[in-house]
Amino acid sequence: MADDKAPAAVASRDAFGDALVRLGEIHPDIVVLDADLSESTRTRKFSKKFPQRFFDMGIAEANMLGVAAGLSLAGKIPFCCSFACFISGRFDQLKMSICYSATNVRVVGSHCGVAIGEDGYSQMGLEDIALMRSLPTMSVIQPADDLETAGAVEYLVEHKGPAFLRTTRQKLDRVNKDGYVFQFGKGVTLVDGTDLTIVATGGTVGPSVKAAALLAKDGVSTRVINIHTIKPIDVELLAKAARETKRILTVEDHQITGGLGGAVCEALAEREPVKIRRHGIPDVFGESGSPEALYQHFRLDAVGIATVARELIGK
Amino acid sequence: MTIDGETLTTLRRRSFDLRIDNLGAIAAAGSGHPGGTLSAMDILQTLYFVEMRHRAAEPHWPLRDRFVLSKGHAVPALYTVLAHSNYFSRDLLPTLRHLGSPLQGHPANFMLPGIEASTGSLGQGFSIGIGLAMASKLDGDTFRTYVMIGDGESQEGQIWEAAMSAPKFQLDNLCVILDHNKIQLDGAVIDIMNIEPFADKMRAFNWNVLTIDGHDYQQIAGAFDQARATKGKPTFVIAQTIKGKGVSFMEGQVAWHGVAPNKDQLAAAVAELRAAQAQIPASTQTSTQTSAQASTKASTKAGA
Repeated sequence: MADDKAPAAVASRDAFGDALVRLGEIHPDIVVLDADLSESTRTRKFSKKFPQRFFDMGIAEANMLGVAAGLSLAGKIPFCCSFACFISGRFDQLKMSICYSATNVRVVGSHCGVAIGEDGYSQMGLEDIALMRSLPTMSVIQPADDLETAGAVEYLVEHKGPAFLRTTRQKLDRVNKDGYVFQFGKGVTLVDGTDLTIVATGGTVGPSVKAAALLAKDGVSTRVINIHTIKPIDVELLAKAARETKRILTVEDHQITGGLGGAVCEALAEREPVKIRRHGIPDVFGESGSPEALYQHFRLDAVGIATVARELIGK
Repeated sequence: MTIDGETLTTLRRRSFDLRIDNLGAIAAAGSGHPGGTLSAMDILQTLYFVEMRHRAAEPHWPLRDRFVLSKGHAVPALYTVLAHSNYFSRDLLPTLRHLGSPLQGHPANFMLPGIEASTGSLGQGFSIGIGLAMASKLDGDTFRTYVMIGDGESQEGQIWEAAMSAPKFQLDNLCVILDHNKIQLDGAVIDIMNIEPFADKMRAFNWNVLTIDGHDYQQIAGAFDQARATKGKPTFVIAQTIKGKGVSFMEGQVAWHGVAPNKDQLAAAVAELRAAQAQIPASTQTSTQTSAQASTKASTKAGA
């Protein structure tokens, strides 16, 4: 039964687009670049409100990234937007023009994960976190709801160095409380528990919270940590969870190789080695389907996540 | 603006000092790309000693004109010109490519003041230059931007994405120079992947296109004058250059694209360059003094 008081679910791309317009009023140095996807990435509102500070670079992402780098080097605050798959595909430009040139470009990749649905694999950002995470100086942020998205975008205006923001096409249930304050680099414990910890990010945080409720019915006490900042990752919070719950399940709508799962394994293997199960897209291509069918297929809905959790703890 | 006789003499005499220091740095490194540094040198000298507003003592001066070396492998030439412009000591030049030196094998902007962007993966500096020019426009045209690309580099797809985009934004504060030395690592550009007719292509992309001799200081300065006078579109200067210019055994030779001279080869090159320099009667000032003075002049011009 739906909670009457629950706020409406909002896609993080929408929360991003609205935040840009709000912040654009305050910060005249914010400029926005898009590659013919402004309707989809939700930069359209900014383009209408601030046409002088919006640049549609056409379907030419490599050039767009370089232009954004130049704008940043001259003191502007560029948000450079496309689908996560297309923008992370220009890896050399991210490496050289954005990171190695010491810019403050905010790279925004929307339409992440299999949750985009029918368009299929070619449009899905499924390797972007792995690629972005490998670049020196690049920070990686993936908000879980509208409040967190707004907070992250506001934070990014002041952030020093290049950053990647990953947004969703699908609507996200609110997981944070009113008055939520985004803290860069800090994980958020949404549910406390003692038997295992689910570490989730972005669009899989909501389903993970629901999975914890399902597991609670079976007497499994599940902690849920939301990692919105995947790089730099909150090692302290993860190590504490590893010590206290002994088992970690990472959940993400991204390849399990190099994504959140990879980041958590790297952090804990050196710090607090425990049994970890990486759950996400298991080194396969995505495919077309409804977002719901795909989340069921890849066991990224609440029922699927709870099932994987039971496998991990042997119940 | 025509370069006056005394300035022209100074530029021509300094061009040999620059080539010698540049080759000395590459020889000290034991690796590098001499051919493309020598083809670019006269254009770089004109930019820093005649054309651009900049302050060596204040490398982050917000109103400075920007230069992006998109063909990053020619950076020893830029380091040399920056050193002669007093951005840093000439003593630093032989540290090129050595561990701990800010003179990286390809430019890294956060390691050395005076370098505007990190380049070396070809095709990318052009786009960065467009971004700089767009930022200047947003602020009311506060500075001009110059970019140098290579002809082999122009085989990169991103060059054509960039070429398409600059005219859309009417970037008449942007001047891109093609160092057209006609040779790339594997051979002649025309054989590897022909880029001609380049002028026609850029005109079709709606650029103001000029073709000059990239070793003639009057023509180089004249092209920059025309670029500044052109409104509503960016300027593309096709500079016809000679790979390895100034050293007879390097000129036009594919082999000298990416190999450092050894001790004997360096000595032969220096001897040839010094002999050629001696053919030009010195002006009343020494090279070092004029270097410092030119730098001050650039500063004063900028402050005006």
